[in-house]
Amino acid sequence: MRAAITSAPIDAPALLREVAQPANGAAVLFLGTVREQNEGRAVTGIDYAAYERMAELELEKIVREACDQFGTEHVVAEHRIGHLDVGEASVAIAAAHPHRARAFEAARWVIEEVKIRLPVWKREEYVDGTREWVGNHAGTPSYEAADSRFPIPDSR
Amino acid sequence: MTVTALLFASYADAFGADSVVLDLRPGATIADAVDALRSRPGGSVLPSSPLVAVNLVYADARDTLEHGDEVAIIPPVAGG
Repeated sequence: MRAAITSAPIDAPALLREVAQPANGAAVLFLGTVREQNEGRAVTGIDYAAYERMAELELEKIVREACDQFGTEHVVAEHRIGHLDVGEASVAIAAAHPHRARAFEAARWVIEEVKIRLPVWKREEYVDGTREWVGNHAGTPSYEAADSRFPIPDSR
Repeated sequence: MTVTALLFASYADAFGADSVVLDLRPGATIADAVDALRSRPGGSVLPSSPLVAVNLVYADARDTLEHGDEVAIIPPVAGG
């Protein structure tokens, strides 16, 4: 298992190679990429900012929890920060397991937790030159829910 | 005692700073620190109980702070 916050472009095939093991019959790669529009506005790029020291720790926790929950040691995740153009990968998750169901589940679980927990923010840039901090559309806990959502609840 | 509040994204923009040193009474809680921030210029951007992490770990608003703590005010996250 490994987790990293990086300002360099993500080398997705390298993540897949990293989780490959003879015992694994399945490897799943998830990429989150910068979309060309959001809520009807044309997006030209996104600046990702992070509370870097905490984000690195939190991503490690998420990957560790995924490994424990889905019975594998072969999960790696990277989240990129800095300026990204449309189409570039902001996040990559590779998960491998002897069987496909667990590999899919582990990768899915990691990205959903990233959406909820990782202290990362994005500022979209639009064709008209304006920029705006935006939140995730789903999964971000409301402020009022914070007490029940953190610290991290038991297994789901 | 003093603690350092860290501000990010839209919160940093509103305060015009990415960190603020707060002078709090001994025994002050996270909620006290948030109240102190909300009374500063730009502080109206903060909800009454934002997500907060102390020394890199998510924490509860009722938790007590100690001198030198790093108190990060976490805007709604947008990773992925």
